[in-house]
Amino acid sequence: MIANDNKTKIEVKNLNLYYGVNQALFDITANLYENKITALIGPSGCGKSTFLRCINRMNDLIPIVKIDGQIIIDTKNIYDKDVDEVSVRKKIGMVFQQPNPFPKSIYDNVAYAPLKHGIVRKGKDCDALVEYSLIKSGLWNEVKDKLNQPGTSLSGGQQQRLCIARTIAIKPEVILMDEPTSALDPISTEKIEALMLELKQDYTIITVTHNMQQAARVADYTAFFHLGKLIEYDETETIFVNPHNKKTEDYITGRFG
Amino acid sequence: MIRRKKQKINNNPFYDPNLKARHTSAKRFKKFTLTSLIFSIAFLGFFLFDIIGKGIPAFHVAYIQVDVTYNEKSLDDTRFAVDKKYRDVVSRAWLRDIPLLVKENPNFMNTTLTTWVLADDQVDQYLKGHNHKLKENEIAFVDELNAQGLIERKFNTIFFTNGDSKIPEYAGLFSAIVGSILTLIITMVVAFPIGVMTAIYLEEFAGDNKFTRFIEININNLAAIPAILFGLLGLAIFINLFGIPRSSPLVGGLTLALMTLPIIIVSSRAALRAVPDSIRQAGYGLGLNKIQVTKDHVLPLAFPGILTGSILGLAHAMGETAPLIIIGMIAFIPDAPSTVTQAATVMPAQLFTWAGMPEGMYIEKTAAGIMVLLTILISLNTIAIYLRKKFEVKW
Repeated sequence: MIANDNKTKIEVKNLNLYYGVNQALFDITANLYENKITALIGPSGCGKSTFLRCINRMNDLIPIVKIDGQIIIDTKNIYDKDVDEVSVRKKIGMVFQQPNPFPKSIYDNVAYAPLKHGIVRKGKDCDALVEYSLIKSGLWNEVKDKLNQPGTSLSGGQQQRLCIARTIAIKPEVILMDEPTSALDPISTEKIEALMLELKQDYTIITVTHNMQQAARVADYTAFFHLGKLIEYDETETIFVNPHNKKTEDYITGRFG
Repeated sequence: MIRRKKQKINNNPFYDPNLKARHTSAKRFKKFTLTSLIFSIAFLGFFLFDIIGKGIPAFHVAYIQVDVTYNEKSLDDTRFAVDKKYRDVVSRAWLRDIPLLVKENPNFMNTTLTTWVLADDQVDQYLKGHNHKLKENEIAFVDELNAQGLIERKFNTIFFTNGDSKIPEYAGLFSAIVGSILTLIITMVVAFPIGVMTAIYLEEFAGDNKFTRFIEININNLAAIPAILFGLLGLAIFINLFGIPRSSPLVGGLTLALMTLPIIIVSSRAALRAVPDSIRQAGYGLGLNKIQVTKDHVLPLAFPGILTGSILGLAHAMGETAPLIIIGMIAFIPDAPSTVTQAATVMPAQLFTWAGMPEGMYIEKTAAGIMVLLTILISLNTIAIYLRKKFEVKW
């Protein structure tokens, strides 16, 4: 599909997803690359969020969902029987549309999951990890003096960065972002975007967005979904400047969607 | 163009001929609703006024200053402890306790002490201006004592320290209060964990299928079943099948637990459902498992709601009488139970017993008992509100 020498992080092969009898994803095949930002775009209900949630098996939480096909990460199909979905989610972090900090202190928000996963023990190590994660997410200077205040006391943009810090803290390899800025104001959005560009040095980022400019600004690759099908997937520049598919062009130029 | 006269005159562009009638009907509607409110407040006010008016006198009771002689004769027949003319105006029950008093204070033996002795209930009722059965000469005697300042009305500690008694002035709420506490402890210990765990299973683990829907409908129906049926169930299962002693706080608590369970389950489920799903998603997204998400993130948020529901369920159980009648908790219990398997009664059941007594003093004590019960219930509800406010997580 795309000829380049990027390293493939996630290999999706013939992925079909059904909600009960309704098929939501049709035969998705794509290679997602390491240390790149891949944006998933498309009109509402096109399956881009559903696809995103397949990558960390969040869809397993919905009982009626049935999935066939393969998603291969580090040579292992995450839908193999011997793979535990919980361990998949530890390796593949997720940031949601609405900032959803736990109703705990800022410190505990970041520290909770690493402590439970046994990544660190309580004490110095944990403090260091919290600091590292908050620095990484660009929140440290704003919260270093109030780590014991509830995470919910922060502004929306700060909360979202706290959620990113929380995700970084479990040391994932991939970060999935489901419309991470759609509930934020432009200034917070800018901060998150800058953060994404910084984070891609260390992580593979897949983001869903409704904001075409955002995709154009931050994404290295863009995938266009329509009615559950992956219509076009290419370098962002190609998608926006020279799309091969008529539907992609129509959507990009705002003729539908 | 044909126009009505009014419209012709009126050049207000916002004029609407129907509006006046609509406003009138809205006002009428408001008056109806307000009238209903006034009615309900009036009922409540009347009820409270009546209860308090009847109950307040019970908190004071008449004592008569009498010379009490403690000797062999009076220990043998306690009526001889006081002078003959006093025998009909002081409490027989109080006199009966003289041997006990002497046992506790051996130095009283062979002395005559001027003591405030509890008056007979008829004297008390006469002094309060209620119906009484005193004879002419007794009335004259009481009046004479009163004039000499030998009759005093003191705070009725007996009401709070004694158990039930067939002698009105000696009857108290103590054994019923203890019975209520023991019963409710059993109820909470059984119903709270089972109810909350059930709610967690149904909300967090069970999928939406026919079986869970069937259970859900049944739980909701259970919350609306007449309480007396729970009494029959308790009788059949706990007493007849398991052989738990009847009238005991254990069987009462278990029966009330059955009754409270659906309330706790329904309110706990509502509290769990009110926790935003984004919190669960956040937890699962971090690779946490079910127990970590539920115990550390969902439950703390749902806890205020669960607590409130449980306390209200407890208050409901506390005021319940019907099922306890069936399992024999409406017994004559002069001594407070010390274990959960001894015979006991509970406050509402005690009030029910007293309400059936003819003596004026029991009527008074019934009203006073209702006041005590209401105070406890209102306190419980206040605690529920306080705890909800305290543990509520600001969002």
